[in-house]
Amino acid sequence: MSRPTPLRAVHESHGATLTDFAGWLMPLRYGSESVEHNAVRTAAGLFDLSHMGEIFVTGPGAAAALDHALVGRLSALDPGRARYTMICDDRGGILDDLIVYRLADEEFMVVANASNAPLVADELTARAQGFDTEVRDRSEDYALVAVQGPQAETILASLTDADLPTLKYYAGLPGTVAGIEALIARTGYTGEDGFELFVAAGDAEHIWHTLMRAGEPYGLRPAGLSARDTLRLEAGMPLYGNELSRGLTPFDAGFGRVVRFDKPGDFVGRTALEPLKDIPPRRRLVGLIATGRRVPRHGYPVVLAAGGDVVGEITSGAPSQTLGKPIAMAYVDSGATGGLAVDIRGTREPVDLVELPFYRRNK
Amino acid sequence: MSSIPDELSYTKEHEWVAGLDDGRIVTIGITAFAAEALGDVVYVQLPEAGAAVAAGDSCGEVESTKSVSDIFAPVNGEIVEVNTALVDDPSLVNSDPYGEGWMFRVRLETDPDDLLSAEEYTALTQSQT
Repeated sequence: MSRPTPLRAVHESHGATLTDFAGWLMPLRYGSESVEHNAVRTAAGLFDLSHMGEIFVTGPGAAAALDHALVGRLSALDPGRARYTMICDDRGGILDDLIVYRLADEEFMVVANASNAPLVADELTARAQGFDTEVRDRSEDYALVAVQGPQAETILASLTDADLPTLKYYAGLPGTVAGIEALIARTGYTGEDGFELFVAAGDAEHIWHTLMRAGEPYGLRPAGLSARDTLRLEAGMPLYGNELSRGLTPFDAGFGRVVRFDKPGDFVGRTALEPLKDIPPRRRLVGLIATGRRVPRHGYPVVLAAGGDVVGEITSGAPSQTLGKPIAMAYVDSGATGGLAVDIRGTREPVDLVELPFYRRNK
Repeated sequence: MSSIPDELSYTKEHEWVAGLDDGRIVTIGITAFAAEALGDVVYVQLPEAGAAVAAGDSCGEVESTKSVSDIFAPVNGEIVEVNTALVDDPSLVNSDPYGEGWMFRVRLETDPDDLLSAEEYTALTQSQT
């Protein structure tokens, strides 16, 4: 049985198609996912992300514990700021990608993917042994709604006295939204400006309805996981289970920059990762744009258009609303730079290789 | 609840067949139930006019944002016409699955014997939701 989020009744009242995702009953789409996708690119979309895990690490040893447990240097993070990082196993394999918010000197919130949240909580608990810190999985206590798109700041500003114009990308501050206590974070997974609001589970419905009422004049629409996936794909953002997995290191995935060897003490995965930092990986994560209309999808082989030798594999693919063509992310042999095709159910369809992302918003 | 017109016949693969009563040429498309399950249709690959098809053969595909599905020929015969409007506007499959979103027409070679009535197809969709 899938677990409902605190917003299930709201989704049903919007006519959502619900789907199981990582053990949660989530809105896939409310009507047309293309309309939802375009709303986020041109106006704003409202997402229920309550399936994400919120794990709190607190105490005098919290920063040192996270430096040990994760590949990033969280002790260098200023309170009020957030960082994209990863948790690896001792062979350097990626267990999850995370956003860590430093709420105060001795308080961090680790946001994990729904499918990995229990594992991340267990690993953090085990890895924090010996540090003066407490790890608590508070995923049940929190709902997370995101308002994303060029109108997001205008919409949210009408409901809060928080100083949004000075809130930087990858920063978060406690505030009040629609009379409710919230952690207001300028983060997202769409390639647009936007905010993620962490609120008590019991406040989720109120904040959703209030945001919808305030946002409708600006074109705000509820948006489901289907639009979220195509938005993040256009923005070249990785998805755990597609671009990231335990079988890959951060260096394999092109995210070597998140691994910080310049931090005090040892960290889980250091021994395995350190020798990899100067070795060019055999394959690299690239973008592909199809010249035809058939869509490359997860798991399809990338081949040489002439000869058909397999040189890579699609990790995510979808029709792109913004480009008007099918797009995909793929791991492709470093030497293969052109003349590529994707084997789409037995037919070689030509693709152009591009650097990620496919879409970058105008700032 | 998606519409399931009484006058059409259906397949287990969520296609509809029209025109069985009045001639040898039938029109085929996918049901509203199938279109809703797929989400926004972005591409339809249709069979070639003139091709011979046998019931159960894959003869095309429907791509949506999240998935791709085969189109199966529900009857034996020859493709006599395909809906080229779907090339430019695949969303017709979502907006009007039983009308403008039709896919192809087949001149029957033999009478089909295993199609579902609207009532039987309704029961099938209810077991799948």
